[in-house]
Amino acid sequence: MSAAAERQGQLETSVLAVPGAHCAGCMSKIERGLGQLPQVASARLNLTSRMLTVVHDAALDDRQLVEELERIGFAAKRQPRVVDKTFSAVKPLLGPLAVAGFAGMNVMLLSVSVWSGAEGSTRDLFHWISALIGVPAVAYAGQPFFRSAWSALKHGRTNMDVPISIGVTIACLLSLYETATHGEHAWFDGALMLLAFLLAGRVLDAMMRDRARGAVDALLSQAAQGALVVREGGTLEWLPSEALEPGMVMRVAAGERLAADGKIAAGASRFDQALLTGETTPVAAGQGGMVLAGTLNLDRPVDVTVSHAGRDTTLAEIARLMEASTQNRSKYVRLADRAARWYAPAVHTLAATAVVGWLIAGATLYQALVIGVAVLIITCPCALGLAVPVAQVVASGSLLRAGIMVKDGSALERLATIDRALLDKTGTLTLGRPQPDPAALDALPPEAAAVALALASHSRHPVSRALCEELARRGVRPAPLTQVVEEPGQGMRGLLDGQRVALRRPEGASSTAVAIELPGEPLRLVAFADRLRDDAAQALSSLQAQGVTCSILSGDAAPAVAEVARQTGLTGQASATPADKQHAIALLQGAGHKVLMVGDGLNDGPALAAADVSMAPGSASDVGMQAADLVFVQGSLTAIPKALHAARFTMRVVRQNFALAIGYNALAVPLALAGMVTPLIAAAAMSSSSLLVVVNSLRLVRAAR
Amino acid sequence: MNGVLILLPIALGLGLLGLASFFWAMRNGQFEDPDGAASRILIDEEGPTP
Repeated sequence: MSAAAERQGQLETSVLAVPGAHCAGCMSKIERGLGQLPQVASARLNLTSRMLTVVHDAALDDRQLVEELERIGFAAKRQPRVVDKTFSAVKPLLGPLAVAGFAGMNVMLLSVSVWSGAEGSTRDLFHWISALIGVPAVAYAGQPFFRSAWSALKHGRTNMDVPISIGVTIACLLSLYETATHGEHAWFDGALMLLAFLLAGRVLDAMMRDRARGAVDALLSQAAQGALVVREGGTLEWLPSEALEPGMVMRVAAGERLAADGKIAAGASRFDQALLTGETTPVAAGQGGMVLAGTLNLDRPVDVTVSHAGRDTTLAEIARLMEASTQNRSKYVRLADRAARWYAPAVHTLAATAVVGWLIAGATLYQALVIGVAVLIITCPCALGLAVPVAQVVASGSLLRAGIMVKDGSALERLATIDRALLDKTGTLTLGRPQPDPAALDALPPEAAAVALALASHSRHPVSRALCEELARRGVRPAPLTQVVEEPGQGMRGLLDGQRVALRRPEGASSTAVAIELPGEPLRLVAFADRLRDDAAQALSSLQAQGVTCSILSGDAAPAVAEVARQTGLTGQASATPADKQHAIALLQGAGHKVLMVGDGLNDGPALAAADVSMAPGSASDVGMQAADLVFVQGSLTAIPKALHAARFTMRVVRQNFALAIGYNALAVPLALAGMVTPLIAAAAMSSSSLLVVVNSLRLVRAAR
Repeated sequence: MNGVLILLPIALGLGLLGLASFFWAMRNGQFEDPDGAASRILIDEEGPTP
């Protein structure tokens, strides 16, 4: 039984990620397609998280489910950790938001009648009812703020939640006192409305974060999920990677990724280590050779004796190297909290000065205190609390629609400040997989192309796959072939009208290429090379124009890096180990630069974690994507300048929002100091400044264009 | 005044009812898959047509 399954009598439940599902059609196709299998009891797709829950007979394993989904037309992958329920930042905020909204509206209704002139016992009654609703509601809905403020104060710091908590608490206490002494003004409506506004901003922020995290989780699929293990007596069993143990022999087919480090027990093949080291040239390994988890077996099946599995692999080693640098980044202080550093002391001093000033001017202690409290309430940072989250939500939404996922809350803030960019070569500047030479394909006669497509479509070899994709994209139709067989490590052959045709590896070729053999015709060669991403030049010049100096930081050998450097006109560093990359970033940071790292491989993981901000393409390794702050899914590199532009635009809007919010407060503070602020004025000032901030942020809807 | 004494509890009660049903919905997983729920109504039911 796999770790992802939970036994229910004879039935078990599996959870699979299906990133490709996006509409009602996909949903019904998947659910019905699987439902037709006799072993499947039920299948239900969650379209928001793109997770498919299947209840099925224990005889059917996850691997067969994935194959079945592939047959239906969807790529899927097993979810290794079904036990830890996906963390949602939204859930804990929904309850407080609902309570604050409900209570705020009810109290506001009562307040309107008080403002329009209710007096005497009616006003007292309304105040008491308001208190009855308001006090418990504030106590419940204010918890997220109270907790955050308390933990900041405990560590001797201050954040935006401190003035919010103080303002709300004091407003409630004063209102209770006023209510008990038959006073004129109660502020419950203001306190609740403030909480509702702020919670709405935070819920939106959390929603966007959840959505981006979900999208990235669905992409994580690069590393092998398991392996076919050869048991005693020659039986084969598929085991998930967590269950592999040293000493086991796994059979790795051509085109599969290794799930664990090991030594080759039988066979020989070439291995693509691009994800692990950045090298594009495949490494050959024969019997007794060491091979690493995460590398791709290119040519023919091999048996590998597992030497390290799970947490002991080279892969896990890199993960440990990353952890230290990740802690570094959490020290970043967000803009809102930096603003709170001077805002909170300023308003608290102001309120204290007002109390002292009025006492000196001869007011009673009660009058002076009421004025001090009014100052605190009017300066309570409602719009200030919305200034950052609303702008970020709108900008992240715009980026999400453009295929760029913002995973971290402070990522846009950090991205806006960068002045240096380091780009990995393999998989970042280039596509990271061999592509057929377009000129050679153009020169192919239609018959040769049709035969090549027909042969290539029968193989899972990466070169065949790439050839197949490219030919199909060009509208080539496969030739009708019979008796197609794959000769591991050699190529494909078959019969066309009874005559032998073949697609094979050319003898003695140093670079990757395929030869197409047709009866009575000369051998045709198609060369394969890793190609620069679309619009790489445009993206780089656009970054340059935005004041960011770019250079290449690659783990590949010098000649390959030199070639890309020549094509892009960038300077580059070659043969960099993961530690070298981290060091290069530390050097730049030491010189006062803010560094953006763009990379995809496992070897980039530590660098991605160490940089001020990091991006990864959607084709990146799991490690790369988890370490990156932003993930872009489309093939074009223009996502980088686009994200940078959006980040800088966002920070401009955030600063404007701060100016608007503080400007509003500055207008209202003299009124409060003069003792002229009523709950009505406070409510009006608060809602209009919040609205203004929200409207200003909506300009970011087109930030990613 | 008498009207208010009757109307206020009614208004508050209705509001509380709404709040309670929202919490019920949240606990029952009604917000687990908002996108899916919106799309699901578009799937035609299979089965014998009358």
